[in-house]
Amino acid sequence: MTTIDLGTPSLRSGTESVPAADGPQTGKEFTSDQEVRWCPGCGDYAVLKAVQSFLPGLGLRRENIVFVSGIGCSSRFPYYLDTYGMHSIHGRAPSIATGIATAREDLSVWVVTGDGDALSIGGNHLIHALRRNVNMTILLFNNRIYGLTKGQYSPTSEVGKVTKSTPMGSLDHPFNPVSLALGAEGSFVARTIDSDRKHLTAVLEAAAAHRGTSFVEIYQNCPIFNDNAFDAIKDSETKEHAIIPLVHGEPITFGTRDETTGLGDKALARSAGGGVEVVDTAAMPVEDLLVHDAHNEDPSTAFAISRLTDSGYLNRSPIGIFRQVQRPTYDDLARAQVNDAKTKATQAEGNDTDRLTQLLNAGDTWNVG
Amino acid sequence: MPPSFVGPASLETPDHGSRLVKQLDRVIIRFAGDSGDGMQLTGDRFTQESSVFGNDLVTLPNFPAEIRAPQGTLPGVSSFQVHFADHDILTAGDRPDVLVAMNPAALKANVGDLPKGAAIIVDTHDFTKRNLDKAGYAVNPLDLLGDANDPLGDFQVHTVDLTGMTVEAVKEYGLSRKDAARAKNMFALGLLSWMYGRPTEPTTTFLENKFKKSPDILGANLTAFKAGWNFGETTETFVVRYEIKPAKLPEGTYRNITGNLALSYGLIAAGVRSGLPVFLGSYPITPASDILHELSKHKSFGVTTLQAEDEIAGIGAAIGASFAGSLGVTTTSGPGVALKSEAVGLAVMTELPLLVIDVQRGGPSTGLPTKTEQADLLQAMYGRNGEAPVPIVAPQSPGDCFSAAVEAARIAITYRTPVMLLSDGYLANGSEPWLIPSVDDLPEIDPAFATAPNHASAKALAAAENGGDGEPDEFWPYLRDPETLARPWAIPGTAGLEHRIGGLEKGEGHGNISYDPANHDLMVRTRQAKIEAIAKSLPPLEVDDASGQAKVLVIGWGSTYGPIGAACRRVRRAGYHVAQTHLRHLNPFPADLGEILKGYDKVLVPEMNLGQLSKMLRAEFLVDAIGYNHVRGLPLKAAELAEAIGQLVGEAEGINVDLGEHGLNPPADHEEMPIQ
Repeated sequence: MTTIDLGTPSLRSGTESVPAADGPQTGKEFTSDQEVRWCPGCGDYAVLKAVQSFLPGLGLRRENIVFVSGIGCSSRFPYYLDTYGMHSIHGRAPSIATGIATAREDLSVWVVTGDGDALSIGGNHLIHALRRNVNMTILLFNNRIYGLTKGQYSPTSEVGKVTKSTPMGSLDHPFNPVSLALGAEGSFVARTIDSDRKHLTAVLEAAAAHRGTSFVEIYQNCPIFNDNAFDAIKDSETKEHAIIPLVHGEPITFGTRDETTGLGDKALARSAGGGVEVVDTAAMPVEDLLVHDAHNEDPSTAFAISRLTDSGYLNRSPIGIFRQVQRPTYDDLARAQVNDAKTKATQAEGNDTDRLTQLLNAGDTWNVG
Repeated sequence: MPPSFVGPASLETPDHGSRLVKQLDRVIIRFAGDSGDGMQLTGDRFTQESSVFGNDLVTLPNFPAEIRAPQGTLPGVSSFQVHFADHDILTAGDRPDVLVAMNPAALKANVGDLPKGAAIIVDTHDFTKRNLDKAGYAVNPLDLLGDANDPLGDFQVHTVDLTGMTVEAVKEYGLSRKDAARAKNMFALGLLSWMYGRPTEPTTTFLENKFKKSPDILGANLTAFKAGWNFGETTETFVVRYEIKPAKLPEGTYRNITGNLALSYGLIAAGVRSGLPVFLGSYPITPASDILHELSKHKSFGVTTLQAEDEIAGIGAAIGASFAGSLGVTTTSGPGVALKSEAVGLAVMTELPLLVIDVQRGGPSTGLPTKTEQADLLQAMYGRNGEAPVPIVAPQSPGDCFSAAVEAARIAITYRTPVMLLSDGYLANGSEPWLIPSVDDLPEIDPAFATAPNHASAKALAAAENGGDGEPDEFWPYLRDPETLARPWAIPGTAGLEHRIGGLEKGEGHGNISYDPANHDLMVRTRQAKIEAIAKSLPPLEVDDASGQAKVLVIGWGSTYGPIGAACRRVRRAGYHVAQTHLRHLNPFPADLGEILKGYDKVLVPEMNLGQLSKMLRAEFLVDAIGYNHVRGLPLKAAELAEAIGQLVGEAEGINVDLGEHGLNPPADHEEMPIQ
């Protein structure tokens, strides 16, 4: 079969083709008049607040921003933002967003989804959006439970979890959303926490700036059906031992900080088996500590790091931007093909109506009368 | 001299040689061979030659779902039937006059469809023990020709070593024996082209383009084609040539077109006439994939095609594109529609324009992927959760797929609704001469995007009391046009019209989520009323009741138009009265349909399903619709249907009906000319 070199479109920022706002905007302008209807204490409130206060900073026209969601608690999100939005059907938001982003270069497209929506019923659309690298940002709110249907286990729930549908304990091995996204060759893959406003905002900014599919897993507490699922990484006593912070260009260390070196007492290093393992920082020469390289074209190390996430109760998890690489986006390439064909044809053969007449009359024709 | 072909041979004149030239008014030829023998191409080329010559024609390709079924077996047989005539015809014909059989399986699989006296041209080359066994022949039927127990005694059989002569003719190109033998379909085409006086230029040009890059293959195919022609011309094997004059069709420029091609062009035309970019989200599925292939070639019209990861993503992307201001389209077949149902419901709820093209095939489940059927009507009508009305449009012939697509787009865009277009496998792959329309004569479709706020808030109204202008200052996405009940279509990028839509029930007007019981009742009824209001935009239904004395009405939809029309012609030729009408719009029905149905004593509904339109007519109009139903994966046969109509006419009028030669009785098992 023949293949064609498509060339490389000029790689730009995620929002470069979106018109800029006339002047400064406020979070209030991005807040719709709809009453927010999540349960008290839900982590979704924190994310909503962060997004509402972060969006004005993008400096984009509000009417050129579209939020698309599927079904689940988090998927109510678009109703609370005064942008264009669609609350669609279960699992399908990435496909709808793909249509929007491909049809319109001038829109900033966001998907809000959850662990059930994105990883269970919509798993196929998620991996294919990542594969195509459509220019959009996917926020996956992971609370490791089905909330809207009142407490069944989700594809990220730990094995053995007792829920309404698993009274003797869940049998399903959970997905690690970051591993999955990296396996699908996501060009921007990150993880953050609902309650860490500063980190959340920084990740969102990087995600918006990235051209291609930005995948952001947000650990989000469900106080009703899975409370305290993320306590270890939120509690001030335990979090420095639970969070493995990923900062591009820096050695990956965590645990008790050494005041002089700034390094944690635990670190990551390459393991004999080709993966990544946790070591005692003091036991290793500094130059053997793994330095985080989010821009590495090869996702293997990022994947190895993602495997350090606990699959059972979450006592340890890498947090930050795992991968951030540039590759052509599906929507840019698709528009380039259409625009190229249209420009060439219009110059050579005239407007659409003339060319349609030519098309209809092409091939073997004959006249009667 | 062999007996003449069935059908009226009005003139016999010698040609410039010693050959007789017989005038025929129509002929049905079926090319049949193994899946790899190139029968579809042969049939398609013969069709193009006939269309350029000016005959009216209808084609019926018939092939297995397997790309290469086991060679030489009955399931591997692929055929292409073409009916061409000097007058307007409606069907590909019930029974072929001529069968070209390239191997024993092709003979065995098709001989049962032939009427007495039909001609069979057999390629003897493949009648080996092995191939005869595969086809289930204990004895070579060609060895029994002329015997008392000749199984082919009813037919004129011409045995020709097509393959052997082809290999011999193309020797100079130095191809392998296998490659040389592959040109045998062109030899057969050349022979048939000679026999029916077809122009050869279209095929020569076609081959030159197709094999531009392989001079040897081109040479072999051209040589085989010419050798086939010369074989007819110079040997005494065939003593008669036939002439079928051009048909007197309405004035204009014509081309031969298949349904899938016409449908693709219709979608492009809908984009041009609405000024909207067309966005196709689709997943490959037989027999709809050709629309995806075709549209992907026409990016120059601003057409974007996305081959999605599955059927659901295909429609999802199309809905997204519609939300963003494109004409969203998804193409599929029955199994795909089943997968898309939930998303169609979303488009119903969000009231976005969307075209769902269902090229129906035999079902249920995977069913008969390459065969035709009309059994998705009720799926299109009711196959969603909740009260989710969707307009349904159906083309009646291959060329009609063009205007059906434009009409579906008109409804979708004007009424902000998903529209189902029900084509089928027969329309998709079948072809006919198509009177090419002028682009300027196509309907203009105005997307009428919302550009400004449409509702004055309480605040604005209060301000009006104090000298404010009271002008609309907010956008209500569900404030409807009073005439069409369509909601405004405000696309992202339009400042001040930011809004959210979704699958949850909307409050009337403002469109915010509403669980209010009375509002839900109102919205369910309003969505239904909007679809019903489309009937106001439809032209009166045309009824063909020439004598005005018919007591029986035959009503159909979709691709049965041809067989129903041909059956009615037969009944009329036999001297009886019958009325015919055909539905393009199945939801809503035309406003005058109820009155029309009431005007007849009996209503017959022929369908390639078990009575889906019958059910709808019975439910809607309390009419005793009588079904005529076949689900054989093939078009209805006109002669059989004529007998059923005749029987009903007899009952309705209290008379004995005998269609004689116009029914199933020999000798004239042919499509009838219309009564002028």
